[in-house]
Formats: sequence, structure tokens, C-alpha cells
Amino acid sequence: MNAFSLAIKNLIRKPGRTAALTLLTAFLALSVFGGSLVVGSLRRGLGSLESRLGADIIVLPASAQSKVSFEKLLLQGTTGAFYMDASSLESVREVAGVEVAAPQTFLASLKADCCAVKVQVIGMDPATDFVVQPWIAQSYGRQLTYMDVAVGCKVEADVGETLRIYDENCHVVARLAPTGTGLDTAVYCSMDTMNHLLAAAEAKGVSHKITTDSEDTISAIYVKVKDGYDIDQVNSRLNGHVRKATAVRTRSMLTQVSDSLAGVSRTVSLLIAAVWVLSLIILLIAFAMMAAERRREFAVLRLIGTSRRGLCRLILTESGLCSLAGGLIGIGAAAAVVFPFTTLIETQLGLPYLTPDAKTMALLAAATLVLTVGIGALASGWSALRLSRVDPGATLREGA
Amino acid sequence: MTIRAENISKRYFRKTGQANYFEAVKPLSLTLEEGAVTVLMGRSGGGKTTLLHMLSGLLTPTGGKVWLGDTDLYALPDARLSRLRGEKIGVVPQGRSAIDTLTVLENVLLPGRLCGQPKSRETALQWLDTLEIGHLAEARPAALSGGELRRMAIARALIQEPQILLADEPTGDLDDASTHLALSLLQKAAHEGGKTVFLVTHENDARDYADRLYRMDDGALR
Repeated sequence: MNAFSLAIKNLIRKPGRTAALTLLTAFLALSVFGGSLVVGSLRRGLGSLESRLGADIIVLPASAQSKVSFEKLLLQGTTGAFYMDASSLESVREVAGVEVAAPQTFLASLKADCCAVKVQVIGMDPATDFVVQPWIAQSYGRQLTYMDVAVGCKVEADVGETLRIYDENCHVVARLAPTGTGLDTAVYCSMDTMNHLLAAAEAKGVSHKITTDSEDTISAIYVKVKDGYDIDQVNSRLNGHVRKATAVRTRSMLTQVSDSLAGVSRTVSLLIAAVWVLSLIILLIAFAMMAAERRREFAVLRLIGTSRRGLCRLILTESGLCSLAGGLIGIGAAAAVVFPFTTLIETQLGLPYLTPDAKTMALLAAATLVLTVGIGALASGWSALRLSRVDPGATLREGA
Repeated sequence: MTIRAENISKRYFRKTGQANYFEAVKPLSLTLEEGAVTVLMGRSGGGKTTLLHMLSGLLTPTGGKVWLGDTDLYALPDARLSRLRGEKIGVVPQGRSAIDTLTVLENVLLPGRLCGQPKSRETALQWLDTLEIGHLAEARPAALSGGELRRMAIARALIQEPQILLADEPTGDLDDASTHLALSLLQKAAHEGGKTVFLVTHENDARDYADRLYRMDDGALR
């Protein structure tokens, strides 16, 4: 029997003590892994939103409602539509400093017999679009043609299937990579498809017209500013030049999201820190109590030839095994809590939320495990060090 | 192998009258010969256990040296002293000394396994049978009486056949028959096995087994 098998026997034959230490470390691992997962997902969601917006400025219809709807569409996947005259596009392009202006038109499908799903349909012009197409290109190597659609990862339609929107059959040609934003619940098509769908919606009584010509409406214009131009100045010029429209810097939109995310991130980080400090204190007390209770046992081990280092090794092995088991249980429990409730967390926070990839999660789990075992070793190491310094003769004399 | 204590003493910091320390063992010298049973008797609190712990390398003396053969015990680093203790010194401490998570048999086998000189299960069972607790081999210490635990501790000390055997009140919880059995075994280890045996006891019967008898009162050897 070496120190390891003695440690195993000690753990198995004192199930209450072992369970208490394991649960403590499991709670620590749960909070760290779960919290880090939520914060990591929020950060990845923000990064994804940044890359998806891809424009310096977005021009929206002038009503304040359109900006709110746009943010809800981006962040929460709420369907909605707002329109402005397509002539705004030309006005935007006239402004000095505008390199590219790409229009998008929105249409919300209905939760009715005419539509397979209630989604946001986003039409874009393949000739000018620089926002959606690079994203579509990751999953679909060609341009979207008439009546082809690419669907966000949360839309219930597979590639090769037909998606019915306002009784018009669209062919699903691509399923897009997740973004963790409201864009995951949208359907993307070219502008000619969108015009066709707008007409079909009109026929069903869903009006989108602001003029008599349905092809003259757009919902948003994504603007890329030429190098050397100040984005704020271009933004001001756009606001002055384009009638019945508001130009918004995407950075300011992202800053609001980023601020909210920082708030959530700070709260979660504080909670994690509090749990860590509390766990460290509780573990220190637990190991100190355990060490006090086992002083005589350790003195006997010294009596039969165990060195100070051997005693420390035994204590650290016991705590290491408890922490390892607790860490694994905690990580498993966090995964069981966080993953099934991803949608709920996303909805409750109202922020872009994109779960990290498997490699990142494995690294996060490994880091949590290392930290959990480390804190167990730190707490027990202190007791081990104290115990190893005690003369075993003195302990045996005390308890005799 | 002899153990030689050279002017050893032990002080504990404790307010005692005018002094701020308590002298548990006053400077003394003592030699324990191999092949002989040395018995130390005396009143409780007289320093007997402290002396035994210092002789076994468990308690660092305040002054003096302890020699095991030619080796100055307390000059050794902890790892070497511990290995030496595991290999050459068998100690029966006062009171409970079982590892509660192990069975009686595992407790007896533990010293050999920890110091890399494991004894067989059969050997351990033989020692337990000799001490009349063979039937308790698979029991956990919590189920044993004080006397049974004491016999387990004697078996654990004897199984490794150490050159030095130091026993602190080895018959404390034993009845007359078991006392006789335990003392006979220790005497046999000295006389037939050539071991160095040192007994600390209140037991008057122990005088009959002693080759050399000492008395210790108030930290002083007589």
C-alpha cells in the first residue's frame, strides 16, 4: 500500500468527509465554468455582431421606432419592418466620403397558413452588398439567384427544402453559420426575390408601401466610408443630406450592446470572484478542521516511518482526488445547466450570445479543472505544511 | 543495535512558578543494550513517554543527542530519519494508534508497505493469531476494544522485526493473561531475536521481564 492507495482508502471509507469536500469543489467549478461560459458566449456574440454589421454607418428611416426595431431585430430576432423611399440610396451615394452604400429591405413573414415559419426576410442587392454575402459565402459558394434563400441557423428549414413565404415557394440553398444574434432567425434573399415577396405580401394585405411602387422601398442602407474620411463627419453629412432618414454609427450601436455586456460580464465576474474567495475560505477551514481531527492519525503515520514530505503527499493526493472529482462534477453540472437553457439565457439577457466552439470549451473546462485542483491543493497544502511541522511525539502525547 | 541517549533533555514553554518553562526530562544519559529488556517505571507525568519519544526519533530533544548505533538520529534529515524509523524502530505508542479507515490486518501490514518492505498477509495473520486477535483481522478499529487495539499495535510493531522495540504502556488495557502474553513476546524478541527492547510501564509485573530496570520521576532518571 503506497500513499496513493492509502489516500484512496481514506476517501472511500470516509464517504461523508469525501462527499463534503467534493461538493464544495464541485460548487466552485460549477460557478467558474458556468459563469465563464456565459461571459465567453456574450463576448463571442458581440464579436460576431461586430463582424456581421460590417458597415461604418447604417441609414434607417427617420422614425425613432425604426432604430429600436432594428436593434431588436439584430439582438433578439424580433420580426419587424420599416421602410423608406429607395431614392434615399442615391442621396446616400451622393455624400462625399461614401465608398459603398448597400441597401437591405426587410419583410416579416406571418404566423399563418401562407407562411411556413414566422421569420424576418432580408433582401439585399448582390451587386453592392458587402455585409451579408461574405457570411453567405462561408456556407454557399455562389450568389443567391431568384427565389433562392439562405437561412439563419435557427430557422427550421434544411438545405434542399422549400420554404413557403406568402404562398411563394423559396428554395433553401444554404444554412448560415451561427452568429448568436437575431440574424440567426432571419432568411436572406436577393432583392429581386424580395420584390417578388413584397408583392405577394401586398396581395395578402400586408402593406409595406410608402409610395405606389413596391420596388421603391428599402429598409436600411449599409454604408462603408472611404479611407481618409472621418466617419463622424460623413455621418453628420448623411443626416443633413438624406431626407426622412437617420444615419447611425454602428460603433455607437455596438457601444450600447458592449456596455450592457460589460455590465453583465462585471456582475458575473464579481460573482465568480466572490465564490472563489468564499470557497477558498471554506476549503481552508474544512481542511484545517479535517487536519485537526486527523492529527493523531497523521502522527501514527509518522511513527511508522512516513516522512514529512510523504505526509504532505498523502494529504495533497486526497485533496487532489476530491478536487478533481468535484471539478469534473461541477463542470458537468454547469454544462447541464447552461447548455439546455441557452435560448432562455439569450432571451433574458437580450444580448448577442454565441456559445464558444468545442476547442475553446474544452480549454475552458481544462482551465477550470486546473484552478479547482489548484485551490484544493492551496487550501490543503497549508494544513499539510502545518501538520508536517508538528513533532509527532507531541501529538501522540496530547491524545494519549 | 544499541540506542544511546547522551545528556538529552526536553523543555516545554509553560509558566511554572518562577520559570517560564517546564522541564519534562532533565538532562540524562542512558544506553539501551541489544538482546536486553530495559523497563522504565515511574509516576504519571514523570517524563517517561517524552523520553521514549525522544529515543524513537519522534520528538526533538531540547538538548543532547540520541545515537542509534553510530548514527546521530536528530542530525539526519527528516526523510532519512523517517526511513530509519520505519525500518529499524518499532514503536507501540500509548493510547489509540490505529488508522481508522483501514482494517486491523491492513493496519498491521501498513508499515512494511510504506517503507517498501512489505510482509505477507499470512505473516500478519500469524502475528494477529499469536496475539489472539486473528478473528478481528478484517474488522475496522472502531469495532475493537482498548485491549484489542493495544494488541494490534504490538503486532504492527513486531511484524517488521525491527532491531529496536519501544513500547509505551503496552499492557495498559490488557487483562492479566494478555499482559503476560505481550510481555513474553517482547522478552522473546530481546532474548531470542537479539532486539533492543525498551518498555515504559506502570505494570509491576513488568519487573519480572526486565533485564534492566529504571525509575523516572519529575524528569529525572534513577
